[in-house]
Amino acid sequence: MYNFEFAKPKTVEEAASAMAAEGAQALGGGQTLLPTMKQRLASPEVLVSMTGIESMVGVAVRGDTLTIGGATTHAQVAADAADLYPGLAALAANIGDPAVRNRGTIGGSLANNDPAACYPAGALGSGATITTNTRDIAADDYFQGMFETALDEDEIITSVSFPIPEKANYQKFDQPASRFALVGVFVAKTADGVRVAVTGASNEGVYRWTEAETALSASFSEGALESMSGNLDDMIADLHGSASYRAHLVGVLTRRAVAACG
Amino acid sequence: MPTITMNVNGTAVSANVENRTVLSAALREELGLTGTHIGCDTSQCGACVVHVNGKAVKACTMFAVEANGADVDTIEGQAHVDGSLNVIQQAFQDHHGLQCGFCTPGMIMSAAALLKENPKPTEAEVRDYLEGNICRCTGYQGIVNAIMAASGQTPAIAAE
Repeated sequence: MYNFEFAKPKTVEEAASAMAAEGAQALGGGQTLLPTMKQRLASPEVLVSMTGIESMVGVAVRGDTLTIGGATTHAQVAADAADLYPGLAALAANIGDPAVRNRGTIGGSLANNDPAACYPAGALGSGATITTNTRDIAADDYFQGMFETALDEDEIITSVSFPIPEKANYQKFDQPASRFALVGVFVAKTADGVRVAVTGASNEGVYRWTEAETALSASFSEGALESMSGNLDDMIADLHGSASYRAHLVGVLTRRAVAACG
Repeated sequence: MPTITMNVNGTAVSANVENRTVLSAALREELGLTGTHIGCDTSQCGACVVHVNGKAVKACTMFAVEANGADVDTIEGQAHVDGSLNVIQQAFQDHHGLQCGFCTPGMIMSAAALLKENPKPTEAEVRDYLEGNICRCTGYQGIVNAIMAASGQTPAIAAE
């Protein structure tokens, strides 16, 4: 990998000024960025580590909202959110493997927006708000396609706020080699209706499956989905699974998630 | 080059590293601690697992500068001071938890992290925890048996 300048600020303000440098990039746990840099697919001139900013680490609940600091690891979310938002904690507990979960962060995952990552489904399915050093972005506006987000180049995800739903569950069909989702579905039942977010399946990245949301908002049951499956036109097809296989999994996993909500 | 200081296996050490140097390379090449193995160098195989501030991490996928000031524990620090094997290492020997030995440092460090969090894991929990540690010799049963034995439990399936 190419060398780079390294900054490890203690505050969001220091991080924001470090990010203003030409060629600067934020570094969370590095579980995606390091392998990418080793392959020279990324070569930032300055890496700004977020892991030394204490105010960006931790899980807090206020009212019906769970707020997670942008530099909080998956392992910490899995542990600290287990009683507060079990559906989301379970998602975090099944990302990658234990060592990856001890480094990887929610902010890093959401900033990267890998089309097969778990957190985008959790954030979009929950209707979360992504808070940066400059603004709040609704999840519905944040995810803009494969590896594309609403973030500006020098913007930092400082925290993510999740309205805690009545019930939620994430079903992940593992791609066993990468431990990413071949398909993953997050279902959240709230007082305002049901949200269904799908990762791993679409060429457009994470998306809301609105047909299923409508059906489940009318009747929150597996039967409401009957034999529904994902829209074939949007599906990723690769050596791990054909478009029709992924479309089928979208239906199956959504039904499993509803069943698991109880 | 930046100078980093770490507390490695209980001893304060310092090393000059480039910003791009990963922790596995710093341990092996700067500190001579070659027990941490580099298998895939892409965070898939787990041969490089060490503990940073008590947490298992893949040393190939963490910059050494990020470990500045941290407590780092490697396989070299696992045996007792007199050189005798610790309970996990001894169980790996007793239960055929290794063959070629390449994955073993990472397996031992992952096992140690698991048993610290969960002193009496089920066999399923052991297998789940080893998701990020790949062994191409044993078929895993000996490794799982060893970790079950190290936790003071009888392995469900006796090794041949």
